Amino acid sequence: MAALTPAPIAGDASSAPTRRERPRAWRVAVLGLAALYFLVPLAASFWFTVDDPQGFSLDAYGQIFSAPGFASSLLLSLGLAVATIAVVLLLTLPAMLAVRLGAPRLRPVLEVVCTLPLVVPPITFVAGIGTVLRFGPEYLATTPFYRTIIALQNPDFPVVLVLAYVVLALPYVHRSLDAGLRAIDVRTLVEAARNCGASWPHVVFRVIVPNLRSALAGASFLTLALVLGEFTVARLLSFQPFPVWIVYISGSQAQVSVAVSLFSLLLTWLVLLVVSVAGRKRS
Amino acid sequence: MTTPVTGATGEAVTEAATGARVELRGLHRRFGGTVALDGLDLSIEPGELLALLGPSGCGKTTALRCVAGFEHPDEGAVLIDGRDITGVPANRRDAGMVFQSYSLFPNLNARDNVAFGLRVRKVAAARRHARAQELLELVGLPSVGERYPHQLSGGQQQRVALARALALEPRVLLLDEPLSALDAKVRSALREEIRRLQLSLGITTIFVTHDQEEALSVADRVAVLRAGRLEQIADPATLYDRPATPFVAEFVGTMNRVPGAASGDRVAVLGRTLPVDGPPAHGPVEVLVRPEAVIVTPSAEGTATVVASSFRGSTARLRVQLADGGELLADVPGHDSVRLAPGVTVTVTLVDRPVLVSEPRRSP
Repeated sequence: MAALTPAPIAGDASSAPTRRERPRAWRVAVLGLAALYFLVPLAASFWFTVDDPQGFSLDAYGQIFSAPGFASSLLLSLGLAVATIAVVLLLTLPAMLAVRLGAPRLRPVLEVVCTLPLVVPPITFVAGIGTVLRFGPEYLATTPFYRTIIALQNPDFPVVLVLAYVVLALPYVHRSLDAGLRAIDVRTLVEAARNCGASWPHVVFRVIVPNLRSALAGASFLTLALVLGEFTVARLLSFQPFPVWIVYISGSQAQVSVAVSLFSLLLTWLVLLVVSVAGRKRS
Repeated sequence: MTTPVTGATGEAVTEAATGARVELRGLHRRFGGTVALDGLDLSIEPGELLALLGPSGCGKTTALRCVAGFEHPDEGAVLIDGRDITGVPANRRDAGMVFQSYSLFPNLNARDNVAFGLRVRKVAAARRHARAQELLELVGLPSVGERYPHQLSGGQQQRVALARALALEPRVLLLDEPLSALDAKVRSALREEIRRLQLSLGITTIFVTHDQEEALSVADRVAVLRAGRLEQIADPATLYDRPATPFVAEFVGTMNRVPGAASGDRVAVLGRTLPVDGPPAHGPVEVLVRPEAVIVTPSAEGTATVVASSFRGSTARLRVQLADGGELLADVPGHDSVRLAPGVTVTVTLVDRPVLVSEPRRSP
């Protein structure tokens, strides 16, 4: 009996590494393929920006900041992003809380409404917005309505883009917040806070928001990425935020425009890193 | 682990909070087609611990939530010390609540959880921290103040939740199955502790539970609910010994149903004629008998047989098969379990006292 005991252990020991090695090889292969898929275009872009008749040059990167329109378009995009994030969160979070607490049966309806922008092609969306903005008969010229329509299209800060981006961001914001709300027992937390004497604003800002911090950060990041990369709506409504500017500059300074694209990618990654570090600290 | 509240501390706290009288008057509540409360009337005395007991869906939690302000009755009123609070928002009611699920705020440590209500009331930081520490000591957790909810066990979380519910010195304490998520040992310890605290604080407490043992062991009175109505309200001993209805009899404790023949206020069952407790009955009935009211004697002439026996220390529970094939449970003194082993032929009879009878149930 005693002599038999070591046998299975030895067998286990010999089979274990092979069992472990096989998935490791697969993992490396899959990871490698995925990395190639993403890295090759990036490397090619980088190569394009540094390729020079004289050899290697980082001039394109040096020209980014002095390129005409760079700062104004980037600031415009960042401003639009901040406004979009504020509006979309103020719109979505209370609505999702209200539905969750007061009318759980409406949850699928809210979900469908929030997902709708994914299935409406941006070109259709922007055609609709364009039609609405062009609606302005002469006799309305002196009314506040007309002035509002004009103000919405102020090229210094086109509020109409904020409104459009809010709609486009809905699916991502909804997903992110929904995941966050699923992770906490909203009803019990709200009731516990109410039971402790908290008013509704207190419940939302002192109990719900702190416990949704990483979901809110995720939603904000996705919205930021969306606004920094949105081209169709902005271009067709003839505004010039960052992505439109990149395309515009690519006509005259191709290398600079690709350098700017890589730069904005880097910027987005940086934000993502900050968000995920902040999220990890919370959990 | 636990610190008894005696002497100066106990007296100081008792002075601070005394229980209020809680009355529920004709509460009706519907959820779509489901009736949760169907004219519930209840009156809870100041300082009393009342258990609301009943099967799931009987309306006990809805009744509690009406007192807390999380549900609004379609009809009827909730009164605290005679004042109608039916329309008062949940955050302005003088009632602390402990929830069934873990309800501590995950972003706050135990001390800040306890002090949450004090912070809402803008009590100065030093004072609220001192009060939170005092309450944590009261629930037997003096050293967990800095820990976050995920660093606490289930039992500790519910203790902290209890401390939080007591922080604003409410006059009513509402407990919504606070022990149901805990394991048996922690459950019984915390149950006793809740009772000890409740007695020392003199706070009126409503304890919702579906566990009859829990209700009987801690409550001054137990209200049994069925389909949104009050079936019986009585002290635990009365509820057990003199259940008002067959439903209560079967819901509280273990009950045998033995076929019998009733004629007016007497019923013939297992070779005896016993007085009927309740309205007179006629014809075939089922007699409701507790296992401890069954007398089992070994006898060669007996027509019943012991089929199973489980020893429980001071008593043993026997499963006995009767001549007609029916089975019943009987509790006998533990030392009798040897001569009443499975396979032994026995005679079965009942203790001579009034019994509840019920319409025969259709056999499945």
